Amino acid sequence: MSNREIRYRDALREAMSEEMRRDPSVLLMGEEVAEYNGAYKVSQGMLDEFGPKRIIDTPIAELGFAGIGVGMAMNGVRPIVEFMTWNFALLAIDQVVNASAKMLAMSGGAFGNPIVFRGPSGSAGQLGAQHSQTFENWYANVPGLKVISPSNPYDAKGLLKSAIRDNDPVVFMESEVMYGDPGIVPEEEYLIPIGLADIKREGSDVTLVSFNKMMKVALAAAEELAKDGISAEVIDLRTIRPLDIQTILRSVRKTNRVVVIDESWPYGGISAEIAYRIQREAFDYLDAPVRRVNGADTSMHYAPNLVAAYLPDPGKVIKVVKESLYLPS
Amino acid sequence: MAGTKTKAAADKTAQFDKQQYLDWFTLMLRIRRFEERAGMLYGQQKIRGFCHLFIGQEAIAAGAISATRHEDPYISAYRIHGLGIAKGITPNAAMAELYGKATGCTGGKGGSMHFFSKEHHFYGGHGIVGGQIPIGAGIGMAEQYKGTDNVCLTFFGDGAARQGALHETFNMAMLWKIPVVFLCENNGYAMGTSVERSSNVTEIYKLGLAYDMPSASVDAMNVESVHEAITEAVARARSGEGPTFLELRTYRYKGHSMSDPAKYRTKEELEEYKQRDPIVQVVDTIRKNNFATEAEIEAIEAQVKEEIDACVEFAENSPFPDDSELFGDIYVQTDYPFLTD
Repeated sequence: MSNREIRYRDALREAMSEEMRRDPSVLLMGEEVAEYNGAYKVSQGMLDEFGPKRIIDTPIAELGFAGIGVGMAMNGVRPIVEFMTWNFALLAIDQVVNASAKMLAMSGGAFGNPIVFRGPSGSAGQLGAQHSQTFENWYANVPGLKVISPSNPYDAKGLLKSAIRDNDPVVFMESEVMYGDPGIVPEEEYLIPIGLADIKREGSDVTLVSFNKMMKVALAAAEELAKDGISAEVIDLRTIRPLDIQTILRSVRKTNRVVVIDESWPYGGISAEIAYRIQREAFDYLDAPVRRVNGADTSMHYAPNLVAAYLPDPGKVIKVVKESLYLPS
Repeated sequence: MAGTKTKAAADKTAQFDKQQYLDWFTLMLRIRRFEERAGMLYGQQKIRGFCHLFIGQEAIAAGAISATRHEDPYISAYRIHGLGIAKGITPNAAMAELYGKATGCTGGKGGSMHFFSKEHHFYGGHGIVGGQIPIGAGIGMAEQYKGTDNVCLTFFGDGAARQGALHETFNMAMLWKIPVVFLCENNGYAMGTSVERSSNVTEIYKLGLAYDMPSASVDAMNVESVHEAITEAVARARSGEGPTFLELRTYRYKGHSMSDPAKYRTKEELEEYKQRDPIVQVVDTIRKNNFATEAEIEAIEAQVKEEIDACVEFAENSPFPDDSELFGDIYVQTDYPFLTD
């Protein structure tokens, strides 16, 4: 294996380009993906290699081009639909939830929908209320969809390749603030199976569960906790639906304590599902209630102090971990 | 071609051959008798859920079928029984679907609103008003991508013409010259709201003109007019010139769905349309041109009645899907770990 360091956006581009070379039925469509080389340069150079038939600039019409993607996916084409952000994808949620996710069921198995809806998710600085949201839990609630939210270039590439090859519709969530992150990615081809979590740091006192850019918060908190002699195991979910609950349960049986770190709002969040599953499957292993650190139960504001107050950070995680360990903070 | 295409109802000069008129008559009668029986069975609670009947609109299905070929994909909304049968779904598979039986065209998964048949290039019955408009364009774009000359017929109602999805799709379909024909079945009412109460723009075909799309309205009580308009539109799409928008002016004799008493319109209005009934018009032409004797017409009627009787019996005698089908057809992946607790 020859390794080299590439950025998150390069990993995504490699995944798409490799799959497009492998399968002529794959195409990419979205706002600014072609001539502008991608709003965040994820698709840079792809128009030059694949041409305008397969790298398609769309007008600003999320509902329309998502629906066109759904129709193509019913008829032998495998589109990758890029949303400039998942905030804008709300205009297209009818097509994702009412059409794409339901097609196989409504048609009694006649028409599937092999499509990837992808784009950045979550806060990215002082962007205010409408540009700072995460929706993994919304889509993860929907049977028929698979939901992926990777935290680093290696996972992003391996999972996007699997998503493009998958025969079911996949919602794939990235992050504006991670596109420039470097990471070690092998030159050789590899795929990461959908539905497997990854233990990014082993530990024995408490389990931290997170995904996407909140993994940075979880890992930073684990580093700090280690200085206090607290050993945190950090699980990166990578796939949100289906959820790899077995990896979480194995960890809980070892650490007996869990804190979930999730950028989304707390109500009905992924932490709630994880807490339910843990109390159902590992109730007797718990030495403390399952806890969570979420984005605040409010809309994101502009002022920098309010952004900081809204988002999970290592300090907030450490405080909750110590409460979980019944230690003074 | 912008403008209104109408044909005088009194004009019964045959423009097509005998077999074409007999095929139209048989198909439209099959659809009407199927729908009449479906309405009756709904009253008997043999058919449940929502049930939207196509009675009065049969010339649209018949004129589309004669103007297209088997490989041309179709997609439509939830008033779908007639178009599905026209495209090739058998009355047996259609009636069994209304009964929710395993022998239905989607195995009892879709019901009245969601007929599908891959074999017949029938991309469904869709339940979100206007949601199928971009999907239809996508199906057509896939044909373009694959390099076929197939054309997707994308049907929707007058209510759907007010959805943003239509405008977004019209724009992209023209921009990319997608091989698609958009067909608005304007039956005058979006559920209970008339076209006049929906918009200042009551000549719906004009919406296409804003996107430079060739657009026209068609007397869709007349199957010949429907056939001619769709033939022209499909030829344009096949030759790579892109989409056409046809406003098919029609009328549904029944309410929006079985639960709608249709109090928002007058008996006189309904009677006026029944005077131009699409099946009566075709039968008149058949008689006037001696394309069939009275006995031959009666034989077709008897054959259709037999088909419909048989499909009800087929549906009655078919099994419901197995309980294990609950988690079937949600994912292509066969070992998806569903939550069950």
